[in-house]
Amino acid sequence: MNAQTPIQAPSSGQPLSNAYAWPDAQGRFGPYGGQFVAETLMPLIHELDAAYKAARADPSFQAELDGFLTHYVGRESPLYFAERLTEHFGGARIWLKREDLNHTGAHKINNCMGQILLARRMGKTRIIAETGAGQHGVASATVSARFGLPCTVYMGAVDVERQQPNVFRMRLLGSEVFSVTAGAATLKDAMNEAMRDWVTNVSDTYYIIGTAAGPHPYPAMVRDFQSVIGKEIKTQSMAQMGKLPEAVVACIGGGSNAIGAFHPFIEDEAVRLIGVEAAGHGLDTPDHAASLKGGRSGVLHGNRTYLLQDEDGNIVEGHSISAGLDYPGIGPEHAWLHDIGRAEYRSATDNEALEAFQLCSKLEGIIPALEPAHALARTGEVAREVGKGGDVVLLMSGRGDKDIFQVAKHLGVEL
Amino acid sequence: MTTARIDARFAALKAEGRAAFIPYVMGGDPSREEALAILNGLPAAGADIIELGFPFSDPMAEGPPIQRAAIRGMAAGFGLRSTMDLAKEFRQGDDATPIVLMGYLNPIESLGYDAFAAYAADCGIDGLIVVDCPPEEAGPLIEALDKVSISLIRLATPTSDDERLKIVVRGTSGFVYYVAVAGVTGVKEANAEVVAPAVERVRKASGLPVAVGFGVKTPEKAAEIARVADAVVVGSALVDEVAAALEAGEAVAPRVLARVKALGDAVRSVVSSASVAETV
Repeated sequence: MNAQTPIQAPSSGQPLSNAYAWPDAQGRFGPYGGQFVAETLMPLIHELDAAYKAARADPSFQAELDGFLTHYVGRESPLYFAERLTEHFGGARIWLKREDLNHTGAHKINNCMGQILLARRMGKTRIIAETGAGQHGVASATVSARFGLPCTVYMGAVDVERQQPNVFRMRLLGSEVFSVTAGAATLKDAMNEAMRDWVTNVSDTYYIIGTAAGPHPYPAMVRDFQSVIGKEIKTQSMAQMGKLPEAVVACIGGGSNAIGAFHPFIEDEAVRLIGVEAAGHGLDTPDHAASLKGGRSGVLHGNRTYLLQDEDGNIVEGHSISAGLDYPGIGPEHAWLHDIGRAEYRSATDNEALEAFQLCSKLEGIIPALEPAHALARTGEVAREVGKGGDVVLLMSGRGDKDIFQVAKHLGVEL
Repeated sequence: MTTARIDARFAALKAEGRAAFIPYVMGGDPSREEALAILNGLPAAGADIIELGFPFSDPMAEGPPIQRAAIRGMAAGFGLRSTMDLAKEFRQGDDATPIVLMGYLNPIESLGYDAFAAYAADCGIDGLIVVDCPPEEAGPLIEALDKVSISLIRLATPTSDDERLKIVVRGTSGFVYYVAVAGVTGVKEANAEVVAPAVERVRKASGLPVAVGFGVKTPEKAAEIARVADAVVVGSALVDEVAAALEAGEAVAPRVLARVKALGDAVRSVVSSASVAETV
């Protein structure tokens, strides 16, 4: 695949030369995506697809969602000019899209709100979710509490250990947190366990997948719910910069915040879209979570995408200081944007993220989550590439409160 | 595309008027030698067809027993290819018992569909069950398997309505695997009264024998299911015998094969509804 590959879906008729209409009717983004699940789940996936299509076409659904996004989540989130980071890096102006200011402290709630309204519409009475860092778990627990639905969150035992504050939050919100000890006991294992629950409780349970991955329609649906981020960036850029930015930078685990920011810009080909994967201890070591840079195509969790795997096709664990990024896969749309060259993908190591975490705290008075700290670690070079007079938007996908214990430990500070 | 061994075996059993017994074992569990001893002993212990699982790191549709079996298999260095190598060794002494390979898609994708199909055919594999490859995604895999006459065995489930069944059985061969309970392997128990009409529906839709698995653990349950199905699959209860033998410090193969014999005898003790319907 190269940059010459047309970006329109073959099923989209005869679109404008730059129209982008993925996924196709089979839920594919080029060769990626699809519906690779157990047969028991196939009728449910089709039901979900039909229900989502109907909801998306229903103005009352969008109106209800918009109402909750405004009054409950606190949208729109600001696009903030980071003057001191701009000065520090000495390149383009840097703007922070403040998803950290959302209710529950991250972008995850945009998707959860959309999905729980859909679950209610479908008559589902029980919610399950998986979580890595705990941000999606907290967001799922939050919307479940708001709508009075019982919720079980699957979380790897290792993550339960390193994200205690979020575990406590989920329990406060009335959710059950199930500590998963299978496999390496992190995000992918939590997702396996959530799928086992789903296949066992097919009639009443709605599975809120937290990232833009999984069987179709999840990657497209999660992207659509997160696209509120990119749409706001566009409107705010026109208002505050008088133009679109030259680049948008976001971190990538599964990649839901990034795809939400990127998608509204895909046809604006002058806007560079830059995803930052977690390089852990470095791409030249086995301890990283960079599926695009260090993995190859395969099938896991319902979709075909880039995966970290060994020569036998067994999935290997991702490593990152950030529990939200150490997923061994990536959303299928990122795999496609990577192959067709529409988005660029880079990586940042644990140490680079730690430095950026402290830098942002000291220069802007904003403690970022470790996830967007990875994106910030690459933002300086992007700002210099774009140059003075240009504008770069960094997606501040979440706040760092949950990470202070982890960071303190790495800095050798005892709390 | 169909396979001679599977069709011949079901035809012979129909003449005998009984259901097939299909034990499931995991490649390399708990070691190469013991897994091979189990495999080689299965036909004499009562296996009519063998389901051979290959270890995968993320077995999403499995309950704890088979998850643990996969971990033991991987610890013994086993994956897709080494499991097929085991089948090849088995074939040196048995050219009649069908082997159905079972597992997840990624190891097969990783090898490449055509390379996989050629390797499987060379090892004497007759059928393949891929848990996470529904009919919508199976086209390219079927194309590769057709070239070497290996059946992609389809799964029907309690969530398959008549419309869905049509899609599930389209162009299939060998037999259809009916997943008796909505859920993962080795947790819930199958109920013959509920299973019977479902099996009938799948038979009618496919024109093929129907094997029932998920939720069959005891000889009593196996006999109950054998009355209404064309084949009975037992997996979790057998890999649990591996675990129990290891824990007790006993020889693994004899313990597993004794369990296979008890289950196989139970299946043999009853007359299958399929043959009753035939003879009436």
